[in-house]
Amino acid sequence: MNEILPVIADGIIYSAWLFIAAIGLTLIYGVMKIVNVTHGSFYALGAYAGASFTGAWLAHGYPPMLSYVVLLAAAAIVTLVFAPIIERGILRFMYAKDEVVILLITYALFLVLEDTIKLIWGVNPYYVAEPYALLGSFDIGGLPYPTYNLILVGLALVAGGGLVWLLRGTRVGKLLTVVIHDPEVSRAMGINVGRYYLVTFTFGSMLAAIGGSFTAPTVSVVPGLGVDVIVLSFAVVVIGGLGSLPGAALGAVIVGLVRSVSVHYAPQVELFVIYFVMALVLAFRPRGLFSLAEPRKI
Amino acid sequence: MHVRRKLALAAVVAAALAPAAAVAQEPVKIGVIMFLSGPAAAPFGVPAKNAADFVVEQLNAGKGPAPYATKGFGGSKIETAVVDEAGSTTTQVTEFRNLVQRDKVDLVIGYVSSGNCLAIAPVAEELKKLTNFFDCGTPRIFEDNDYKYVFRTSPTATMDSVGAALYVRDAKPGIKSIAGINQNYAWGQDSWGDFEASMKQLVPGIEVKTSQMPKLFAGQYNTEISTLLGAGADVLHSSFFDGDLEALILQGAPRGLFKKSMGVLTTGETVIHKLAAQIPDGTVIGARGTFGPYAPHNAYNTWFHNGYKAKFNAEPNYASYQMAQAILGVKLAWEKAMAANGGKRPTNEQVGAALEHMSYEGPGGLVRMTNGKGHQAIMDTAYGVSKLVNGKMEIVKIKRYPAEMVNPPEGVKSADWIKGGFKK
Repeated sequence: MNEILPVIADGIIYSAWLFIAAIGLTLIYGVMKIVNVTHGSFYALGAYAGASFTGAWLAHGYPPMLSYVVLLAAAAIVTLVFAPIIERGILRFMYAKDEVVILLITYALFLVLEDTIKLIWGVNPYYVAEPYALLGSFDIGGLPYPTYNLILVGLALVAGGGLVWLLRGTRVGKLLTVVIHDPEVSRAMGINVGRYYLVTFTFGSMLAAIGGSFTAPTVSVVPGLGVDVIVLSFAVVVIGGLGSLPGAALGAVIVGLVRSVSVHYAPQVELFVIYFVMALVLAFRPRGLFSLAEPRKI
Repeated sequence: MHVRRKLALAAVVAAALAPAAAVAQEPVKIGVIMFLSGPAAAPFGVPAKNAADFVVEQLNAGKGPAPYATKGFGGSKIETAVVDEAGSTTTQVTEFRNLVQRDKVDLVIGYVSSGNCLAIAPVAEELKKLTNFFDCGTPRIFEDNDYKYVFRTSPTATMDSVGAALYVRDAKPGIKSIAGINQNYAWGQDSWGDFEASMKQLVPGIEVKTSQMPKLFAGQYNTEISTLLGAGADVLHSSFFDGDLEALILQGAPRGLFKKSMGVLTTGETVIHKLAAQIPDGTVIGARGTFGPYAPHNAYNTWFHNGYKAKFNAEPNYASYQMAQAILGVKLAWEKAMAANGGKRPTNEQVGAALEHMSYEGPGGLVRMTNGKGHQAIMDTAYGVSKLVNGKMEIVKIKRYPAEMVNPPEGVKSADWIKGGFKK
C-alpha cells in the first residue's frame, strides 16, 4: 500500500496542474469554438508575471505568506492587460471565418506573444522559489511532498467546481449556455454575445495565466515555457472531448495517473504512454470521452 | 615608347595586384549558431554569444594574447552571422544551408544540441563547409562516421561521465547503488549510458535502482522525484541542463532529493551562481571540462575571464569557454593554413588540414585534437563539490583528471573503451 500511495499522490498532483492549465482551453472552445493556441502564451505570461511580481514583493520584505495572493493577482493583471486587446482588437473580426483560419490566427498571435514576452522580460530565467517551500511538507507513503502541491489541487477543485456552478447555477451561466448552443439566436433574443465572448476569452485565458503563475515557483521561467503546456493541454481536452468541463477533468486525471504509473513502474514508456492513451480514446470515441451529440445545421 | 611600355606594364601590374589587395582585406564571415530563444538560451546560448562577441571584438582589435594577437583571422576582419538554434533539426539544417549557400559564410561555429550536431555533420560534409561544433556532447559524431570538414574543439560527454564516475567512487566510499534522471535524447541517453557503464566497471556489483528519462523541457518532475526518493540510491546522476536542471533543483531541493542521494550534476556549473541557495552542500558539480571554476590560471583565462566579466557583468560559464576556444582554435588553424599557402587566403580544405591533430592552449587549458582522426578534441577535466559560503557557491574538494584518463584512445568507441575497463 505504501508503494501505491505515492503513485496516486503524484498522479493527482500532476492531474491538478494539467487541469488548471487545460480548463481554460476547453472553456474557450466550448463557448467560442476557437482552438486557442494563445492559451500557451497566457500560461507563459502568467508565469513571468507571477515570478516577477512575487519576486519584487519578497524583495521588498513584505509578508511571504501573502505571496500566494500576489501570484493570483499577477495572473489576473497580466490577463486583463492582454486578453481584451487580443479579443476586441483581433479575434472578434474573425468569428465568421472557418475554425481552421481562427486556429492559424491564434497560432500567429502565439508567436507574436512569445516575442512580446522576450521584449518585456528578456531571455534570462526568472526564479521565485520561496512560495514552494514556505508551507513545509507532508509525508505520503514515506515520501515528503511540499504542502504547496495542495494549493494546486485546491485551485483545480475551485476552478472546476466554480465553473460548473457558474454555468449551471447562475443566470449568467444559463445565458452563456444559450450562447454556446446558438449565438445567432442568442443575438436575436437580445443577448450581448460579443460581451460574453470577451468575458469568456478573458476568463479562460486567466485560468491559463493562473496555471502559469502557480507553476512559476517550481520552475525557472524561461522563453518557450508555454509550448509544451499547449501540447499537453490539447491532449487532455481531446481525450475528454473539446468543450467539455467534466471531460477535461477526466482527461487530466487519466493522463496524470497513467503518467504516474509509467514513471514509477516503466519509465521507458513515459513519453509514449500519454499519446497512446489519447490515440486509444480517439480510436473508439473520435470526439473524446464526453463529446455531446451535435444537431446538424442546414 | 620606352616610357609608354613602362607605364603600360605598371598599369597591368597594378590591375593584377588590386584584386589581390581587395581579397586580402575581405572579411572572414563566420556563421555562429546557438540558442537565442527557448530554455537553452539563458544557460548556454546567451553566454556563448557573449563569448563570441567578446572574442571577435578582441581579435579584430588585435588585443588577444599571443599567439592570438594578430588582427582578426590573419589580418582579415571577422564578421559573424548569428542564427538562433531554436526549432527542429529540420529547421537547423535549412538554416545551415541558408548560411552556406545564401549568406556565403566562410565557415561555421556552433550548435549546443547533440541532436542538431548529428543532423548538421553530414550536411556540412555535403556542402564542403568547415564546421566546428563548440558545445554538443554526443560521442557518436566521430565514432560512427569520418568527416573531412567537421570538427569539435570541445570534449565529448564521455569525458564528463567517466570523470563523474571516478570522482564519485572516491568521494562516496562503499557506494552500493546509483540512479539517474536524464533527458530522453542523444545527450541524456549517452551521458547516462557512459556513467552507468563506468560505475559498473569501477564498482563491480553496483546496483542501478532506477533510470528516469523524461522528455526534453518537460518542466514537471515531481513524479520522477518521488520515484528517485523511493529508490533511495547512494548517488543520483543527472546530465540535465538549462531550464530542466533548474526545475529539477527547484522541485527536488525542498523534498531533500540531493540530501538523500549524493547529487552528481555534470552540467551543474551553469547554475551555481543563480541557484546557489537551492543546491545543497556536497553536490558534485561538473563544468564539462576545466572551465569556469576549474579553469587554469593561465594568460588566456585571465584575458578571457576578466574581459568577459567586465563587458557583461557576469561570470563566463562553460558554454562561454567552449565558444572562446572554438574561435581561437579555428583562428590558429586559419593562420597556419594561410602561412602554408604563401600568405594567401586559405581554402576550407587547407584550414581543415591545419586544424587536424592540432594542439593549442585556450582559456580552459590545453586542447588536443587527437581523436576522430584529428577532428575531435580531448582535454583534462575536473570535478568538485558545492559549498555555500556567505550566500555564494564555492567549489571545494576539487580533483583533476588527465585527458587520457577520461577520454578513450583514438579509434576506440567510448562504450567499448568503458566496457573494456578503460584500457589505454
